[in-house]
Parts: sequence; structure tokens; C-alpha cells
Amino acid sequence: MSARPGGWLAAVACILLSCPVTAEIPLAERRSGYEFMGRETRAMQDDDVVNPGMLWVLDGEALWNRKSGAAGRACADCHGHARASMKGVAARHPAFDAARGRPVNLEQRINLCHTERQGAAALAFEGRELLALTAYVARQSRGMPVAPVIDERTKPFLEAGREAFFRRQGQLNLACTQCHDERWGKKLAGSQIPQAHPTGYPLYRLEWQGLGSLQRRLRNCFIGVRAEPYAYGAPEFVELELYLMWRARGMKLEAPAVRP
Amino acid sequence: MTTTRRQFLLLAGASIGAATTARAQLDPNVAAQRKAALDAALRKVVGDAPVRRGRVKLDLPPLIDNGNSVPLAVAVESPMTAADHVRAIHVFTEKNPQPNVVSAHLGPRAGRARLATRIRLADTGTVIAIAQMSDGSFWSDSAEVVVTLSACLEEGLI
Amino acid sequence: MVNAIVNVPAQAKRGEVIEIRTLARHVMETGFRRTQLGELIPRDILTSFVCTYNGTEIFRAELHPALAANPLLTFTTVATETGTIAFRWTGDNGFAVTETATITVT
Repeated sequence: MSARPGGWLAAVACILLSCPVTAEIPLAERRSGYEFMGRETRAMQDDDVVNPGMLWVLDGEALWNRKSGAAGRACADCHGHARASMKGVAARHPAFDAARGRPVNLEQRINLCHTERQGAAALAFEGRELLALTAYVARQSRGMPVAPVIDERTKPFLEAGREAFFRRQGQLNLACTQCHDERWGKKLAGSQIPQAHPTGYPLYRLEWQGLGSLQRRLRNCFIGVRAEPYAYGAPEFVELELYLMWRARGMKLEAPAVRP
Repeated sequence: MTTTRRQFLLLAGASIGAATTARAQLDPNVAAQRKAALDAALRKVVGDAPVRRGRVKLDLPPLIDNGNSVPLAVAVESPMTAADHVRAIHVFTEKNPQPNVVSAHLGPRAGRARLATRIRLADTGTVIAIAQMSDGSFWSDSAEVVVTLSACLEEGLI
Repeated sequence: MVNAIVNVPAQAKRGEVIEIRTLARHVMETGFRRTQLGELIPRDILTSFVCTYNGTEIFRAELHPALAANPLLTFTTVATETGTIAFRWTGDNGFAVTETATITVT
């Protein structure tokens, strides 16, 4: 088709990468976890006044404006108003970081700024401050389409993430795809299996009774199949996050969402 | 229809009994203990006064995603005047480790006798709302909620 | 740290019944949970909520472990006069938090 040299190879590679492996959900059939929740839980997400995730977003706003670290700088000093400068940022993370030669997720990106630009100590994963900042930044992308950038630099990591999604693991020897591609909508212990799109992170999980990151939820998945979960910030998690965001490309970001 | 407090408790007990046989999930000893605790909590609020069904509307989803956060709304018919108003709304559950949920104290300044919150339900069962009126009468409503559980939790890691 | 979100209409007509929604940040540890090793996690809950309107109490609630974490409390009051609506939450371990909102009544 293409007149470029090696065009047919590119076309085949294109087909292998973008054409769904049999189990993948067709793009048009993708549905956010929002649609698998009860009416009341959806109402909790829709109204900012009753969405508990907003407690963290407001915390994040305060932290955004607070000077910190050896450099005595606040996020606002470089980035101005988050509403403008952070729009779209959460939607395209994990994103490639040239200095590290690999993708980083939003939490890591915030920490990189915090340590390198503000000269402060790294914020703990799942700690109050990092969750608040992540929630605040992610909130600025609410309503935007999920759009991680996939190019020659990120493709290998996307592939690694895809392999992880299709790999059986744990004592139960289950792959993510078996529940979330093949059996979504069916019941697991009384609740419906969602398609596992990370459109709402960080989110308020009723089960945690608190806000948590995508990695916290992924760790729950690993425990669910009785596999040993990776540590927070592990590269394997970021690759899986990248694949999940790519799998959810085009879907609307809902952060901070509420889930059961 | 007026029911005495005894009849009300018998009715509550029967519905709880039916619920227990239909979905026997709690150890019978534990269930009995919790029922006794519920009776004691009700008695503490109501004393020996009769509790009538009506005027109170308890809104709960019949089935909830997660028992950690169940939205609850109570509304009581009342003109909320100085002469005739709701003094308090008390909410109880039958299956939780302890029966009290919330007690709200209102008055004529409330304008309307309404309360909304989110509660925790340990298990499928009945929630009871009792309204205490300014004339000393008690009215009630109850609702059944089926509680499901999310999958893929955090337990398993020490 | 944001301790609570309160939602009160900024303006109202005299005599109008307004809805007040409050969301407090609190873990509401029931005292019934155990760690993986079987130790009881001590209770740590909000026990009381009081709302005053220009100093007069208009709503009060006793809270128990059966309320969800980060408890939401929604109630109504009659808009009587311009002024300050104050909210106070108290709980175990000496917890106390106050928030205020202003309302203009015409």
C-alpha cells in the first residue's frame, strides 16, 4: 500500500501492534468502570460537593501553591495556574522521560519535579502529599480523552506492558485479559467484572475508604490472582500502566473517580 | 395503623428472622447478640412509648456495590413549626457490630425534617429510622439492603 | 490540610429553606477491624457534629462507627438572616475541626 521503502514491513508491524489480538475489546465496545457501578456510586462521583476525592484535590491545590525544598519554589512558581498548565498532562501519562530513557507515570513525574526542580525529598508513594498533588493535576484533565503518546521510543514499553497483560501469573494462574477482555460484564463473587480502564485515577475506592493510585489498584489485582505484586514505582508497573492507558485511548478521563 | 412498641419489635424481629433464614450468613449466636443490642438501643431512645409506622421515609438503595459507603436519606412529614416539629431522627441497623448509626437533633429552624448521609453496613439486612416528634410520639420506617463486596482486595499481604 | 468541604448557598431569600451539605475528612476507624496479625485497630471516629447560625445551634448530630469514612452530612435550615454558619466536628483522641461559611439573606 505504502510507497515508502520497507512500507510493507511497517504495514505488517502496524497490523501486529494495532490490530487487536483476538481477545481485545473492540474500540467501540469499551466502557468505563463508571458504567458498571450502581446509580448511587455514580452520583457520588458526579457531584464535586459529595465526591470524597475532592478532599484530596483541594489538599493538592494548597500544596501546589506552597513553597518547598532547597530551591524554595512552589509548583505554581514555574507552572502558574494548574488549570491552564496542567490541562492534558494526566491524559498523556505515562510519558517518555528522555533523561531516564523510559516512560514515567504521573506520580513519578511529580516526584522528579519535586526532587530535581524544587530540591525537596521525594514524596512517598501512596502518601498524603503525593496523592493530593496527583489528584489535583489529574483533575485538570477531567473530560479530556486519554491519549498516551506512542512512538518509536515508547513502543517497546507498550509491548512489554501488553505482554504483562496477557501473561498468566500467580497461584490462580490467571492473565488480566482473561477477566477483563474475555469475561467483562460477568459476575465475580457477586460484583460485575469491569473492563479495567484506568480512566479515573487517582480515585476514591469505597473498599479503601480513601484515595489511591492506579498502582495501588494493580497491586490489589496481583493479590487477587495470588501473585506477588511489584513494589510501588517498579518499571513493570509503569509499562502495564502505559498499556492500560493506550488500551483506553480516546476514553474520557474522570479523575478523581469513585469506584466500589 | 398503630402498633405498640412490643408489636413493632415483634414485627422487626420477624423480618429479621425471615432475613436470617433466607440468607443465613451470621453465626446464630452473633445474630442473637446483635438483635439484643438493637432492642436495647431502641429501648434507650423510645422507652416504653409506642412506635408507629409512617410519616418517615427511609431511602436506601436495595442493592449496594460496597457496604463501606451506603447512601441513606431520611425525610419526615412535619410542618416543622414551633408547635409541631421533629425533635430528632435516629437510625439503627440490625447486622452491624453495634446498632447505632446516627442521631440528628433538629427543631423548627430546620424548615424540613431531612437528613442524608453515607453509612456502613456489615451485611445484608434491615436499617431502621425512628423520628421523635415534639409531642413525644415516635414514628418509624425500615428498609432492606443487599450488600455485595468488591473483588480483588488488599487482604493477603502482611 | 483541607479538613472539610461545606456547601452553603451564598445567597437566599428570608424564610427560604436551604440545603447544607458537609463532607468531613476523617478515617472513621470503627474499632472493630483487626490487622492481618489479629490485633484490634483502636477506634478513632468523629462523635459529634454541631452547626450554628450566627451563634444559635440549628442542627446537631451524634455520630457512630457505622457512618462511612469521610462522612457526608446533609440537612436543611431556614435562611433567617445574613451571617455566619459555623460547623464543628469533634471526635476521639481530642479531634476538633471548625469550618465556617457566610450567607447573605435578602
